[in-house]
Amino acid sequence: MMQQTEMIEKTKRAIETLNPGGPFNIMEVCGSHTMAISKFGLRQLLPKNIRLISGPGCPVCVTAQNEIDSVIELANKNVVIATFGDLIRVPGNRSSLQAERAAGKEVKVFYSPLDALKYAEENPKKEVVFIGIGFETTVPTVAVTIKEAKEKNIKNYSVYCLHKTMPEALRALLEGGSNVQGFLLPGHVSAITGSKIYEFLPKEFGVGGVISGFEAMDILMSIIMLLKNYKKPVIEIQYKRVVRKEGNLEAQKIIEEIFEPCDSTWRGLGEIKGSGLKIRDKYKDFDAALKFDIKPIGEEIEIKGCRCGDVLKGNIYPNECPLFGKVCTSENPVGPCMVSSEGSCAAFYKYGA
Amino acid sequence: MCIAVPSKVIKIEGKVAETELGGVIRKVSIEMVPEVKVGDYVMVHAGLAISIVDKEEAEMQMELWEELMEVLNDAADRND
Repeated sequence: MMQQTEMIEKTKRAIETLNPGGPFNIMEVCGSHTMAISKFGLRQLLPKNIRLISGPGCPVCVTAQNEIDSVIELANKNVVIATFGDLIRVPGNRSSLQAERAAGKEVKVFYSPLDALKYAEENPKKEVVFIGIGFETTVPTVAVTIKEAKEKNIKNYSVYCLHKTMPEALRALLEGGSNVQGFLLPGHVSAITGSKIYEFLPKEFGVGGVISGFEAMDILMSIIMLLKNYKKPVIEIQYKRVVRKEGNLEAQKIIEEIFEPCDSTWRGLGEIKGSGLKIRDKYKDFDAALKFDIKPIGEEIEIKGCRCGDVLKGNIYPNECPLFGKVCTSENPVGPCMVSSEGSCAAFYKYGA
Repeated sequence: MCIAVPSKVIKIEGKVAETELGGVIRKVSIEMVPEVKVGDYVMVHAGLAISIVDKEEAEMQMELWEELMEVLNDAADRND
């Protein structure tokens, strides 16, 4: 096997050989890719005209402000809020889950929704609401809990579904005129969905994509594949050890069983048709939105001065936001892209531009 | 948030498997990968196995990578 430094040198030369010359923007739409690119310093290996930009790939970051507010409202309904850890620091307009917890509300962090369901089963007197946030990777896990809750007749468990799905957001970005020549497509979302959902990118927009793994070599290999195909854009899988072309059919089946598409509002991108999921009528007893009469309301209000919206569309790098590193830091984050551990602003702040 | 980690399946009981990662044993749901066998590696996301790691593909990938580098660097040499 080649030595690491020799490999990097060879990779650099390969990229230079394939460099199309003109501006070539590669957008990643997965928070784990965002972190890996910054951590491994991959931008430094690329010629100036090949830019790696972040898109709407961090679920917490793209959750709209009024959705966060509705979660806070839910926390005040005498329920146990069960959530992934990333969400609790995100500020709504008036409060955050962390602040609510400090004020005595029950907010519990779970590694898995399956653990939250177990907690509900063991505490039948408590109303447990799992906050369903995340893309296609996370949806099957949540779907499994709803199916199991119905089978076991667990009545004190429900899900507040704020899930979003990837393909329609990519379409919205390109229709909105985003300057992207290639997509680094999300590895674990695609493990569920397969590659077919991206075929519209080359067909309708002439933009290619590569489903990539998360090691430095995976990402570099994916960049090389994108450059190789730039004249004839296609969708390819680099992360073949995990992603099958057809995706995970079992997971697709359970998503279809429990959820149906709905419109959803994304921070920075606004409302996108068919980009969200809601719980089907058949499982409505487990829909916290109906059970507690909660929905995101009010105008989408941006945090003053915060440019997370532009960061999420790849219009600016995080350090081009006037708040970055001054009023908005990892210790005192203002916007969700700094709050979330995998937000682009957090990545730039931690590892440098 | 879509983080998934490879873990080795060491025991299967119905819809649940015991998996090992770095010496830590964890129970995960294998409902989405019913064909999984003891000894396989699975990618685990939030307590659910979402994919079985294809060992052959993993090995082939390394070969493919070295091959590609060879070709591209030959091209670069010719351009120098």
